[in-house]
Amino acid sequence: MEQLYIDLENYLGIGTDSVPEVVRLAIAVLVLGTIFLLAPILTIWVERKVAARFQNRIGPNRTGPYGLLQSFADVLKLIGKEQIMPAHADRIPFLFAPLLMVVSVIMITAVIPLMPNYIGADLSIGALYFVAIGSLSTIAVVMAGWGSNNKYALLGAFRTVAQLISYEIPLVFSLLVPVLFAGTMSMVGITQAQADLDYWYIFLAPASFLIFLFSNLAEIGRTPFDLLEAESELVAGYQIEYSAMPWGMFMLSEFLHAFLIGPLVAVLFLGGWDGPFAEDVPVLGVVYLVIKSMAVYFLGMWMRATLPRFRIDQLMEFNWKFLVPLSIANLLIASFLWELFPEPAGGGLVDNFPRFIVMGGSSLFTLMVGLEFLRRKSVEDRERIARLIDEKNYPLATADQTGVAGD
Amino acid sequence: MELTWELVAFLGFAVMTLGSGLMVVTSSNLFHSVLFLMTSLFGVAGLFVLLVAPFLAAIQVLVYIGAIAVLMLFVIMLTRQVMSRPELYNQQMAGALVAAAILFLALLFVLTPLADEIGGDVAQVNAEVIAEADDAPDVDYITVEELGRAFVTRNGFVLPFEVTSILLTAAMIGAIVVAREDEA
Repeated sequence: MEQLYIDLENYLGIGTDSVPEVVRLAIAVLVLGTIFLLAPILTIWVERKVAARFQNRIGPNRTGPYGLLQSFADVLKLIGKEQIMPAHADRIPFLFAPLLMVVSVIMITAVIPLMPNYIGADLSIGALYFVAIGSLSTIAVVMAGWGSNNKYALLGAFRTVAQLISYEIPLVFSLLVPVLFAGTMSMVGITQAQADLDYWYIFLAPASFLIFLFSNLAEIGRTPFDLLEAESELVAGYQIEYSAMPWGMFMLSEFLHAFLIGPLVAVLFLGGWDGPFAEDVPVLGVVYLVIKSMAVYFLGMWMRATLPRFRIDQLMEFNWKFLVPLSIANLLIASFLWELFPEPAGGGLVDNFPRFIVMGGSSLFTLMVGLEFLRRKSVEDRERIARLIDEKNYPLATADQTGVAGD
Repeated sequence: MELTWELVAFLGFAVMTLGSGLMVVTSSNLFHSVLFLMTSLFGVAGLFVLLVAPFLAAIQVLVYIGAIAVLMLFVIMLTRQVMSRPELYNQQMAGALVAAAILFLALLFVLTPLADEIGGDVAQVNAEVIAEADDAPDVDYITVEELGRAFVTRNGFVLPFEVTSILLTAAMIGAIVVAREDEA
């Protein structure tokens, strides 16, 4: 943060000592925060275009070149709209919820190392901070659902609490793997450890990478995990009573959070700013980070555009019977093997080849075993439903509604 | 006393903690009480940050706000007729006052003498701590590692840690067994 400000000053030609430290920090926070807050305007466009291509459409193409200005038009529209508050709404939670949502997301940006020496705050507990801050968005959703005085909103909030708390567990367990490898919870430390090793943790723990990605997607609540909104069931879940800019703030935080998963995954598993010449030319670090982030973001968009929504029981089973055991097994195996094969002093991909085979292989193997269990379970479920339909002569439509598919 | 940024931050967090703590007990709407409780706990996390204990602060947010307070929200939501407001208003002020008075007396007459017996003069200890802190203004950030080591070394807290873990696991399994419906 200091570094960012000092560079800013050098660029603008202001003396460093003339301003007190608090003001300097405030300016740096403002710059960093604004950059991240404005990013979704572009990523929304990217997302729309990509989703459109996945669904054989063209996407926005009227406003500006390639529809680039579409998001700006939307933002202007949102700002111009009237804020409506439902009768008997709980005023303070209702108005405070969107704010808390944005804050909980923007606070994550503090621990993302953008390039060597560039980070909002190099906390010794960076990874833990991310998890702790992430739990604030749960509260925002509950406040919104409660304050709206609307039963669909409240139902959405019910689901949210269950979903977000459940998916926090595999998230933390998969986050622990890079923390374990690097021996530190600092995001800078984790990136630096990977840069020193000349290879990334995704090669050592591909399963943890996938679990972290999935549980993060569930934490934001995007398709296929969008049960908190579930347009076709709950209208729009907790957002139903919001309009104009408060609604825009929910949208903003969702897209910003989705975008931030990219840098987070990149820092933890893909080496962050690490890349050729990144240590000599720091600006390259940002470029690498953005490229890696967009690759991860693309995976998220891919899933969003192709997969249908989970049913609530499937969502819970996927977490508790698949992700949680798998992430615990992965953590145990990773820590065991990490102790078994002592740390070499760097050496890059080629020298560490046996290590990749053993650690990456065992990680993938547990994933495969888990997937096989999942497959058998789903086949079993479908067979049971088919049997029930045969025996009791249920019409197909009611089989799901009686709950036989669930437990 | 010199007005530093630390002092301003401390005052802010202290007001936040105490003020919303007061609102927790005076607000009659259960849902609002939980929200104020969260604010109060967040203020405590801020105080931990000022005490150069970032790990404790993060754990405070994660465990107390992210888990315990959210669990309370969960409980409120699972109560019957959550949509109808009258259910949420606390009508047992007299009972609460009696309970609070008993707890206060217990703290005053049981715990304070006990603390004196164990810890000696608290004011003096505090003075010593402050004096030491003045000698070493740069407190190290490596406490997480030390904490982790203390949990797994024989001379540290390995026995209490394991006993607590077993107790919590037993409690969790017990809760599941109690809550589970019989599968006939």
